[in-house]
Amino acid sequence: MNRRKMLKGLALLSGLAILPLRVFAEMRAAFTAEAPEAALKELFGDKPIEQSDAIKLKIPDIAENGAVVPVSISTEIEGVESISIIIDQNPNPLSASFTIGEDVFADVSTRVKMGKSSQVRAMVETSDKIYTVGKEVKVTIGGCGG
Amino acid sequence: MGAKIKIRGKAKDGIAKMKALMPHPMETGTRRDPDGNVIPAHYIETVSCFKNDAEIMTAHWGPSVSKNPYFAFRVKNAVAGDRIKITWRDNTGDTSEGELTLK
Repeated sequence: MNRRKMLKGLALLSGLAILPLRVFAEMRAAFTAEAPEAALKELFGDKPIEQSDAIKLKIPDIAENGAVVPVSISTEIEGVESISIIIDQNPNPLSASFTIGEDVFADVSTRVKMGKSSQVRAMVETSDKIYTVGKEVKVTIGGCGG
Repeated sequence: MGAKIKIRGKAKDGIAKMKALMPHPMETGTRRDPDGNVIPAHYIETVSCFKNDAEIMTAHWGPSVSKNPYFAFRVKNAVAGDRIKITWRDNTGDTSEGELTLK
């Protein structure tokens, strides 16, 4: 049993898990990771990651203002547990991770900051696999320094 | 208590499209003020969405979600009279919420 499974087990035992909730400490580690692959490892462990054209990632090709970049992610894939946004070139690539319960669609929109031009990846997690699609976004004015 | 969350949404054919705006600085902790002092990180870490008190969705955020975050999602099995509540908690422990009864 690895650390991830044990933390999840503890959360279940203490009755915290209404949704497939992530353990807080685990999320912190994912959000503070400084490389995209490290963030993915913290989020998903060793689950296989597969490219998918069944995910709709809506984000501008060119973001004039990196401080406010609208992102929408939706998919018809069955059994979605979470949707996450990874911005490869940001100092901390993981931007947001949404836990999808049974009473919501796998369809979320928000706005994110981008320090510079980067690939943006949507990660869709199911019980046994991660599906992903990416897009290059060109940033004219960065939004992380100020 | 942080500024109140503004929620909009309507139920139609069992689906509610929800939109929320959360006034919050979302400071990254890397910016400096004009005197060169680092402005401390101050951002929403967790957003929880409830339908009639049952949690239906949780969002975990880092400081790279934009200032005054916008968040939209769609609720299944939603009918008029359902209460949709959204709460957040930031890295300083501050909280806020907003609630709406679907029409």
